[in-house]
Amino acid sequence: MTTSALIMIILTQGTVLGATIYFFRKVLRMPPNEEPDSYSENDNDPR
Amino acid sequence: MSQTSESWGSRVGLILAMAGNAVGLGNFLRFPVQAVQNGGGTFIIPYLISFLLMGIPLLWVEWAMGRFGGRYGDHSTPFILDNMTKKRFWKYFGVFGIFTNMGVMAYYTYIESWTLTYTLKSLKGDFLGVDLATLDTFFNDYVDLGSGINFPVWAILAFLVTLTINIYILSRGLSAGIEKVAKIAMPLLIGFGAFLAIMSWTTGSTGRCADCSTYIGLNFLWEPDFTTLANPKIWLAAAGQIFFTLSVGMGTIHCYSSYLKQKDDIALNAMSAGWMNGFVEIVLGSAVVIPIAVGYLGLDWVVENAGFMMAFKTMPFLFDQWGSVLSVLAGVAWFGLLFFAGITSSLAMGTPWMGFVQDEFNWSKNKSAIILGIAILAMGLPTILFFEKGVFDEYDYWTGTVSLVIFALAEVILFAWVFGMDKGWKEITDGADMRVPRFYRPIIKYITPLFIGVIFLTSLFKPLNGELSDWSTAVDSVFAGNGWPWANDSIINQIFHINTGVVWSENGVLTDMFYVDMSRFFLLACFFALVAMVKIASNKRKKQNA
Repeated sequence: MTTSALIMIILTQGTVLGATIYFFRKVLRMPPNEEPDSYSENDNDPR
Repeated sequence: MSQTSESWGSRVGLILAMAGNAVGLGNFLRFPVQAVQNGGGTFIIPYLISFLLMGIPLLWVEWAMGRFGGRYGDHSTPFILDNMTKKRFWKYFGVFGIFTNMGVMAYYTYIESWTLTYTLKSLKGDFLGVDLATLDTFFNDYVDLGSGINFPVWAILAFLVTLTINIYILSRGLSAGIEKVAKIAMPLLIGFGAFLAIMSWTTGSTGRCADCSTYIGLNFLWEPDFTTLANPKIWLAAAGQIFFTLSVGMGTIHCYSSYLKQKDDIALNAMSAGWMNGFVEIVLGSAVVIPIAVGYLGLDWVVENAGFMMAFKTMPFLFDQWGSVLSVLAGVAWFGLLFFAGITSSLAMGTPWMGFVQDEFNWSKNKSAIILGIAILAMGLPTILFFEKGVFDEYDYWTGTVSLVIFALAEVILFAWVFGMDKGWKEITDGADMRVPRFYRPIIKYITPLFIGVIFLTSLFKPLNGELSDWSTAVDSVFAGNGWPWANDSIINQIFHINTGVVWSENGVLTDMFYVDMSRFFLLACFFALVAMVKIASNKRKKQNA
């Protein structure tokens, strides 16, 4: 592979992978809102 | 308006369902081909800029509109739009948000059924030892190509099975149906894609020909050619790809988001689902078809043959080069991931209808799903029977391309200019679990509508060949009295058949144009049938409120 192609692939895929992980991790780490919220699975969770 | 008992089970489930809605066959088949045809590695620059200026704003707008409509108990675009302004026009315009989905679902489910058949055949080992010619014949026989009017018995049966699976899942509802499928399908899809990407990245040179190497394929896909950045055609192609990949302008995002409460976040959810789709497309989608094909067939073959059908007519042959065990595994992974990508999208396409009839006519989930199934069967059969007459492409052009652009342009104008940016911005940022950059406010108001407007106008008036220089040539042609040289795929030419004239029969035989035009009238009839349903629903509401 040429250097320019390698730079493009690393920069682009690194950025996209980084952003995907960053936002999804942020979602996972957010504490749930107080009930009643939009999601039914946590309705019976102790508060 | 309804007091629905439907809700999402979990936030992760919603994001996976929303990402599944966006991730479709195009992530693996359309994106790499578009990149190859539009500047290779440079394509990613206008692609990412379009994502930032058009994709993300549209995601936020659609999520916000959906949650806003949900506050009033509305889960489909006609009444979601109606809540934002009391002008009757928007209620009927919102029909696009149901019609587009049904039109696309009609032919998309057919392709989905191919992937199901090919997954089962891969699992059985039917593709072991096959050559390209055999694969080509198998596919043509399977969809009965070559007989003019097709009647592919097995393909129709597979279509019915796939449609039934879709309808059954839809009848289970949001959290017990769609969300459950997304939670299984999305991780499997990413796992299958990662497996194929690793195979592609580690194969390298195969020695089958001088330039048979997956690295040459990757290089071909990613080598930048910065001179192409000045070509508006590349920008249009990139913006178009963002449209299709994010499933914006369809009404599905509104519908999914309408089951959220006002205090719950949409901004971070939209970013998470949007970037997840980007990951599947850019990281996984770019690693499979083109590099592996170059690895075994060479660059020249790929340049000549790159296209959608490679998925079915080429990939099993390429996997077979990895030996029998890996061939079966790769075949199941490839067609399995396409099936999962397809079904998570087609389920999303069914939800606006489900939301609409449950809200307005109080139909049960089962009844709503069964009637949707009958409608999709009726709409889908012409694309199968008259596949070779161009009916399939006609559906794709109007429902899968033009409608999306029209709806997205109108909705962003409605949101930013009619509903108003003050209220709109509040809708986006209410309950947000991230800081939404303030510079997106003017972007949503000015840049995004302009961006989509340019795409729409250039598609409407596209001159022959569509290069930048062709626009000035076209203007010169008008001043010289020779008229506008229309591109065949310009919207105006498609409507009026300017280049060819209307020819419905030749020597007493019906032409392809006849079938295409009939399918167009059929789609129009479907659109107006939905308009009539909205009218009935609207009258019903008036009576209830009186």
